Amino acid sequence: MARQKLKEILINRDWCKGCGICVHFCPTKVLELDGKEKSTAVRPEDCICCRMCELRCPDLAIEVLIEEDGNE
Amino acid sequence: MSENIRFIQGNEACVEGAIYAGIDFFAGYPITPSTEIAEHLARRLPETGGKFIQMEDEIASMCAIIGASLTGKKVMTATSGPGFSLKQEAIGYACMTEIPCVIANVQRGGPSTGNPTHVSQGDINQARWGTHGDHSIIALTASNHQDVFNMTVDAFNMAETYRTPVVLLFDEVVGHMREKLVIPEEGEVEIVSRLRTSLGKGVDYHPYLPREDGRLPMSDFGGEHKYNVTGLFHDMWGFPSNNPKTVNELLRHLVDKIENNVRSITRYKEHFLEDAEYIMVSYGSSARSAIHLAKNRRAKGEKIGVLELQSIWPFPTEMVREKCANAKAVLVVEMNMGQVTAQVKAAVRKPNRVFLANRIDGKLITPADIKRLLRVIQGRGV
Amino acid sequence: MAVKDYLRERYFPHMWCPGCGHGTILNSLIRAVEELQLHKNEIVMVSGIGCSARISGYVDFHSLHTIHGRALTFATGVKLSQPRLKVLVPMGDGDALAIGGNHFIHAARRNIDITAIVMNNRIYGMTGGQFSPLSGPGVKATTAPFTTIDDNFDVVELATAAGASFVARSTAFHVKETTEILKKAIMHKGFSVVELLSQCPTHYGRKNKEGDAASMLDLQKSGTAKIGSKALEKNPALTPRGIFVDTDKPEYCEEYDKIIAHATKENIS
Repeated sequence: MARQKLKEILINRDWCKGCGICVHFCPTKVLELDGKEKSTAVRPEDCICCRMCELRCPDLAIEVLIEEDGNE
Repeated sequence: MSENIRFIQGNEACVEGAIYAGIDFFAGYPITPSTEIAEHLARRLPETGGKFIQMEDEIASMCAIIGASLTGKKVMTATSGPGFSLKQEAIGYACMTEIPCVIANVQRGGPSTGNPTHVSQGDINQARWGTHGDHSIIALTASNHQDVFNMTVDAFNMAETYRTPVVLLFDEVVGHMREKLVIPEEGEVEIVSRLRTSLGKGVDYHPYLPREDGRLPMSDFGGEHKYNVTGLFHDMWGFPSNNPKTVNELLRHLVDKIENNVRSITRYKEHFLEDAEYIMVSYGSSARSAIHLAKNRRAKGEKIGVLELQSIWPFPTEMVREKCANAKAVLVVEMNMGQVTAQVKAAVRKPNRVFLANRIDGKLITPADIKRLLRVIQGRGV
Repeated sequence: MAVKDYLRERYFPHMWCPGCGHGTILNSLIRAVEELQLHKNEIVMVSGIGCSARISGYVDFHSLHTIHGRALTFATGVKLSQPRLKVLVPMGDGDALAIGGNHFIHAARRNIDITAIVMNNRIYGMTGGQFSPLSGPGVKATTAPFTTIDDNFDVVELATAAGASFVARSTAFHVKETTEILKKAIMHKGFSVVELLSQCPTHYGRKNKEGDAASMLDLQKSGTAKIGSKALEKNPALTPRGIFVDTDKPEYCEEYDKIIAHATKENIS
């Protein structure tokens, strides 16, 4: 099976209201709220591409871009 | 000449008018004295490929026809006093969202449950101001079955022309009485089709941007243009807005599109009006008694006439003023506490020469009832 | 088509509060529509009044934002007059089951092909936190300062008893499950009811000491269990999730078409 690799976590800062749902439920603690109460990917290297932040975001502000790595 | 002659109730004449006008969808709830409209359409609509649905209540019926109108259908519901009260919020929604629909209100005595099987004309003002907030509305009425038919066709036509709810204010006597109806041939009476946008795919359609003539071409739900419909004040795309300019312009548009067209909307009939010294202003079943009295008195040489109103709202103020200009006195014959009388007083030059001849006991006002009052006004004793 | 293509982006950010479950339900819903590859012009969304009702403005479908409690009746008019359209009706708990309770049971009884989504946050949010018929006893609200004393409806049982042919429940926490259930509900021929537990951190969470949005989602996780699961067997007090009813029953519009066929034949003969 192709392993999934993170390309980028896109966070629409205009839409994000800083509720912290994505931060709370991220299994690898990739996300944090910054000084302006906006979600930010601080440890993207730990992302396991589960996309739960994207699916749960009540502001529809997150998009997890994934590269399909077919070599493994 | 049409061969299609029927001997039917007024409620059925309304149904025939609706079918002639091209009704596609009816939703209703049983209520005396309008129920026959639902009963007949339950049979007639599927015969013509249309849809009838009996909803769970009056409110649901009003809302269902608005939903159906948005898919491009010609729609109607029918009710009486208590049901008319229940429908008011949704009627206001149709005003605000400019969705064509027809509401037949076969009037009975009120307030409350009132006098369900007896006649009244007490919903005149409710038709005008029943729903909350500023708005304008069209209300038509008729005194005989041929006119019930014609006014029903007119109601559908005006609903489409002005994108508005139109109220048909019939009454129990007209609704339940049986008389002759001649159904016109196809094409004999003009039918107004829905004005649809000619804009195609990919062109930004503005559902709430009036054209220069004030009309707003529609686009059917399910069609190419996806837009929003809301009872909130909205912009030209139909999206909620509380921008003062947007609110101001929309409210003025909703009122102006009807009030500026009073002349085109006005419907009336004159009976012996040309040299009349005494004019009876009446409508619906009470107009029948007024006309009867005028005929009798004319035969005796009295200069009496009848101005029969067929459109009540917007009130034809100018027309009433013109017609009543030379009258010694105006007698408004109606079966309520003077709802149209107040309008006539406001219209004429001498409001103190306007009198009310009414009956509010559930009985049809008779020519004799009117004559008694007329004699007092004429100074000829009781 | 990308998920965003189903949104009217110019109206974002939306008007819901931070952490509102309704936003997540919108998220799950457009994914369901996207996965089903439905044509946007074939979908009509009808909503009523309340926080929930604002959802119709955000989706790029034909959208009808109506009056309080009556969304299902407008939807009935749309569906019966144009049965080829998919009709989605998201409603809040007050919208669907207080002022709109009568319409809810009658739409279910008719089994008209409409998808009703009850976004249940157990509170009137738009008006500032009054209890709803889904709050249940012991809840604090602005109109129940000493806690509520009236029992709540069970949406699943009510919809089932009223005749809905598809009845399911999930939560704003269980997003993948919600999307799967919504897909089935939308494709189901007949009246489908999906109750989605949602959170109102602003008016419910704060008053009832349930914490922020994330803690409220934790409660949706710990307070529910899939039907047929060991967890539910062990603790029947948990709120069951899943598909409770999925039956084949005559659908209203199809039945009416038979009436038309009969009436037109009778008319000719």
